[in-house]
Amino acid sequence: MENYLIHYYREMMRIRRFEQSASSIYEKGELPGFLHLSIGQEAVAVGVCSQLNKEDYILTTHRGHGHVLAKGMKMKEMFAELFAKKTGSNRGKGGSMHIMDSKIGVLGANGVVGAGIPIAAGVGLSSQMQQNGRMTVAFFGDGASNTGAFHEGLNMAAVWNLPVLFVCENNKFSESTSIRNHQRNRCVADRAMAYGIPGIQVDGNDVEAVANVTAEAIERARRGEGPTLIEADTYRLMGHYLGDKVEYRSESEYEHWKNRDPIELLEQRLRKAGLIDDPKKQAILEEIEKEIRESIDFARRSPEPDQDDAFLHVYQ
Amino acid sequence: MRQITYRQALFEGMREELQRDPKVFIMGEDIEDPFGGSYKVTKGLSSEFGRERVRNTPISELAIAGAAVGAAITGMRPIAEIMYLDFTTLSIDQIVNQAAKIRYMSGGQIEVPLVIRTQEGSGNASAAQHGQCLEAWYAHVPGLKVVMPATPFDAKGLLKSSVRDNNPIVFIENKMLYNVKGEVPNEDYTVPIGKARVIQEGMDVTIVSYSRMVHEALQAAAKLKEKGISVEVIDLRTISPLDMETILESVAKTHRLVIAHEAVVNGGIGGEIAARVIQDGFDELDAPIQRVGARSVPLPFSPLLEKQVVANAQDIIIAVESIIPQRIGM
Repeated sequence: MENYLIHYYREMMRIRRFEQSASSIYEKGELPGFLHLSIGQEAVAVGVCSQLNKEDYILTTHRGHGHVLAKGMKMKEMFAELFAKKTGSNRGKGGSMHIMDSKIGVLGANGVVGAGIPIAAGVGLSSQMQQNGRMTVAFFGDGASNTGAFHEGLNMAAVWNLPVLFVCENNKFSESTSIRNHQRNRCVADRAMAYGIPGIQVDGNDVEAVANVTAEAIERARRGEGPTLIEADTYRLMGHYLGDKVEYRSESEYEHWKNRDPIELLEQRLRKAGLIDDPKKQAILEEIEKEIRESIDFARRSPEPDQDDAFLHVYQ
Repeated sequence: MRQITYRQALFEGMREELQRDPKVFIMGEDIEDPFGGSYKVTKGLSSEFGRERVRNTPISELAIAGAAVGAAITGMRPIAEIMYLDFTTLSIDQIVNQAAKIRYMSGGQIEVPLVIRTQEGSGNASAAQHGQCLEAWYAHVPGLKVVMPATPFDAKGLLKSSVRDNNPIVFIENKMLYNVKGEVPNEDYTVPIGKARVIQEGMDVTIVSYSRMVHEALQAAAKLKEKGISVEVIDLRTISPLDMETILESVAKTHRLVIAHEAVVNGGIGGEIAARVIQDGFDELDAPIQRVGARSVPLPFSPLLEKQVVANAQDIIIAVESIIPQRIGM
């Protein structure tokens, strides 16, 4: 059994390298649509999903590559979806913003900010009614915390005591607007009080801290004590989408967070604890590169969707 | 056969589906007993099935629809009641961007067996925010089905079909029909979605209608009969998907078409039907297609003003007579 911190490191690095590889392919013009990268936020995805079982559910956002990879999605199917191929997770009909994999409880990335929150409440209701013990996590950003969907979804989950974990990745931006300009109280966790549920703020760049608060919240939910709002304090190191020049952020703010890169923080910790050294790191990286290479090859070699696929799956 | 109201028929439809399938549940604002819903359609159900399966929600139309989507994609079969069709404007992201899209976007992995139950229509001075007929919006969205029963028989049979369907359905009742009585059998039956019904056969003109306007069309047909005009009346029952086959067959017989709905004419489903008949049945037409519906103004509160805006049997008669040559009329 691999040390859990090494496991987190490997998973975070997998997400980082997946997105960096997708970026370079995108920049070559090989991928249609747009890409929203979560670089800098990997600790949240891995910290939360490391505490979930395969049959638990997640709902995520346009910035969801990390969450779905951490939940167990196959990189091959993800790359194939990004390439809009028939072998993609959604058969080329969803793309980066709508990745779904019902086999492992990935109920969808979502192109509408905040929309996954009330859906998550309903998934929680479903689990509560079926008494199947499954957890549901809704990932969203600080921007989504200003939608009506956030308010309605949290209130409903709270009043019905649903087994749902609401995870706000406060990455300091709603698209290009700084949190300083979109909410007066910058602490999203404070809002939990309004719904009578626990609101916990955690260092979102500390994967172990995220995992710990997640585990506590899940335990609470499994005991029948209802939902929790977790605010993971983190930062979006890239633009809103790939190609965004990010003219709206200050260099000093960026530098501050760049120095708190969650993967580097974890690596420093692993080195201090003697859990990793250069050869070990190299081995991990090589393994990830191999997976990425094979996944991209698979995606490139995969067939385009059949033309008739356009008309499939509208109705049963 | 026994006669029951449209309200009772809907109640029975839900009751029987709740009995049949433990995955079926109902959620909505104020639907629990003793209140039993704004229009009392669910009255009695929470007492019989418990407040877990027939549950009141906060006033959160977006979350009602969203939670229904979430439940539907994970093994439940929710019926989400939105009190007024007007209020689905608050749910529309979940209905249009989520429910309608999930099966398709997921490449067929995930199905959404969801019924949004709501009601529309003028007639009780509910004014501009409680009486709009917005069904064409939903009919415009691929991935949704839009069901609009006119009779107690269809209300029950279509509701049961909707609950058993694996697609998201916008099920729109009409508030002025709740007390209308009609024949409904005791035994279990369903009415197929997407299939229109010829309620009255005729030779001279076809009136295509749905929901409350079917009753106006039947009144118009009775008066026109006195004038020697034989009218065929079609109740669409489902406006998406449209049963064009039944409409085209009828037009091939009567060669004249009037489309009547309570909704505003402009952008209404009547325009779609007219376009398709022109495209696929042009040679059958002996006269221009007439559309009857509401004028392009918000629904006024005053019953007197409302009458100016909403079409009725008399408007249908005028439309029919405008395309019937005098020799038939006289």
